[in-house]
Amino acid sequence: MAQKGYVEIAIEVCKGCNLCVINCPTDCLALNTSDTNSYGLHYSYLAEPEECIGCANCAVMCPDAAITVYREKKEKAAQSKEGRQ
Amino acid sequence: MAELKLMKGNEALAEAAIRAGMQAYFGYPITPQSEVIEYLAMQEPKHNYVLIQAESELAAVNMLYGSAGAGARVMTTTSSPGFTLMQEGISYMACAEIPCVLVNVVRGGPGLGTIQPSQGDYFQAVKGGGHGDYHLIVLGPNSVQEMVDHIFLAFELADKYLTPVMLLADGATGQMMEKVDLPSPIEYKPDKPWATTGKTPDRERNILTSLYIQSEDMEQKNLKLQAKYKEILANEIRYEEYKTEDAEYIIVAFGLCSRIAKNVVIQGRKDGLKLGLFRPITLWPYPWDAIGAIASEDRVKFFISVEMNAGQMVEDVKLAVCGKKPVHFFGRLGGIVPTPEETYEAIKEKIKE
Amino acid sequence: MKEGYELIYKRPGTLTDRRMSYCPGCFHSTIHKFMMELVEEMNIQDKTVGVCPVGCSVFAYHYLNIDMQEAAHGRAAAVATGIKRVLPDRVVFSYQGDGDLAAIGTAETLHACNRGENFTFIFINNGIYGMTGGQMAPTTLEGQITSTCPYGRDVDTAGMPLKMAEIISSFEKVAYVERVSCNTPANARKAKRAIRKAFEYQIEGLGTTFIEVASNCPSNWKLTPEESMKWLEEKVFPYYPLGVIRDVKKPKKEE
Repeated sequence: MAQKGYVEIAIEVCKGCNLCVINCPTDCLALNTSDTNSYGLHYSYLAEPEECIGCANCAVMCPDAAITVYREKKEKAAQSKEGRQ
Repeated sequence: MAELKLMKGNEALAEAAIRAGMQAYFGYPITPQSEVIEYLAMQEPKHNYVLIQAESELAAVNMLYGSAGAGARVMTTTSSPGFTLMQEGISYMACAEIPCVLVNVVRGGPGLGTIQPSQGDYFQAVKGGGHGDYHLIVLGPNSVQEMVDHIFLAFELADKYLTPVMLLADGATGQMMEKVDLPSPIEYKPDKPWATTGKTPDRERNILTSLYIQSEDMEQKNLKLQAKYKEILANEIRYEEYKTEDAEYIIVAFGLCSRIAKNVVIQGRKDGLKLGLFRPITLWPYPWDAIGAIASEDRVKFFISVEMNAGQMVEDVKLAVCGKKPVHFFGRLGGIVPTPEETYEAIKEKIKE
Repeated sequence: MKEGYELIYKRPGTLTDRRMSYCPGCFHSTIHKFMMELVEEMNIQDKTVGVCPVGCSVFAYHYLNIDMQEAAHGRAAAVATGIKRVLPDRVVFSYQGDGDLAAIGTAETLHACNRGENFTFIFINNGIYGMTGGQMAPTTLEGQITSTCPYGRDVDTAGMPLKMAEIISSFEKVAYVERVSCNTPANARKAKRAIRKAFEYQIEGLGTTFIEVASNCPSNWKLTPEESMKWLEEKVFPYYPLGVIRDVKKPKKEE
């Protein structure tokens, strides 16, 4: 079972280039088509938080360093795994 | 320690740079100044300076930009066609306020020209050969001793005003051999907090640039440069006068022509003519006011500029004289050095008129 | 931060707070980010000096919190030479685009590499002149359309696209040459590793290091950022293959 993670995306820094969205292995990111930042761009956001595995592909791809990534610490992941078994 | 030697101008210049604490030299061979880099190459094992024979003068002036921007005391030398290639880098350094020393050992032009001496690069040096509103401090040495003294002065002025300083030496001054008194080597300790040496935690990052995209910013930068040039104008004008106190006919000349003109003055005085010589030493800032003051004297009948070009410094003389007295010109072109005799004849012709 | 979680990835502190002005999806931003991550990770902010070019990255010094010099167009290699020669213990890099490094600056680039000047070239090759509005570059592909070859690059007039990494790797004193890209997370991570290697080789004093980034220009290619990745994969990589081309520590065996 993969670890869990979550990301924070700086709305004003994001340029809506979509590279994080298409490179996310669990498809948990999306561009917010119903809102824009002050530059008029549809920013990316964590649409499916439960699916994030904290792999940081999005942050690696993000040209503008708009993404911060957090991931479960290994002990907690091990506990979760035990819990699920 | 100071010493007296018989040296060629180019070599004396090189030795002076070493003694003035030069830390890097980048250059390209071109006649009549290749002796500078050759001399520095021979001396290199005894010293610590960086020496690169660059792939072109274009590369050399940009290496100058980088190393001077990193805080080093640096110099390049070249001759007219090479100096033209450097204009881009010079404009950038003037705007980014980067100190350095440049030497143009002038040969005949335009174009590839000749290797014989000339003063045809005066306009390029003092009116700005590169683009934009800037000035270089320009020194006009007329002897091997001045090749040495002006190098020390140039490095100091460059650091004082954060601006490129150049020596406009005619080819002959680079090639001739004279007795020279070499000053003792100085210990150069740079103190340049603006240099790009790596952003330490105690300061903001240093950026050296000449790019000011917003017009308001560009104007502010230009005003800052203009204020600097005003300060240089007020403080750094240098010139020399010979027998001008009672002179009726004033020869204005720089570099080699000033030596010729001095001979003419001596001969003329023997013949009863009240000749005098005004020699600008700084070609920028030019001693306009000093010449203007002489022009106001009733006894003065005319000025004559003697140059190895088609008439360049004569325009500054006219500016200085401002219509108060006639301003004449005598010059030879193509790398031909006027003789004292023909110069004297030309002046006597003007006196007759 | 949530309980039980740890920080995995954040914006490096060595980038300034200023929003990068590059177009959405442009690898200039990505490479700027990686370089500043490395400056932070390797703890070299106080000894890094960068030279930026004329081109889209002319204002790189607005985004990189290190000492920088702006060079005239094409001259960054000469400027970096000057800096590194008088400050040999600093980490110096020259950051250039395809016009700067492979057109107007070719002489300075080749000679710096030939001398083995001990700094790092970061060459952003996107086959077009971005800043000036999309003109042909020396690395524009045959048949590629730009504003100065609107019918496609004609190699009979303009010559073949220049393969700078290959040319540079023929020099004895060049220590490391790799061509990278950022079109996928895997390639992006490799790109950062390549830059790190280049900096490390520089610190060891091994000679010139040269990282060519096969980059994109969505705006002037008239593609979305996503589509620009496809263009790189389908059109650029076949001509400009990724990989290590020269490594002085691992010389290629003679065939």
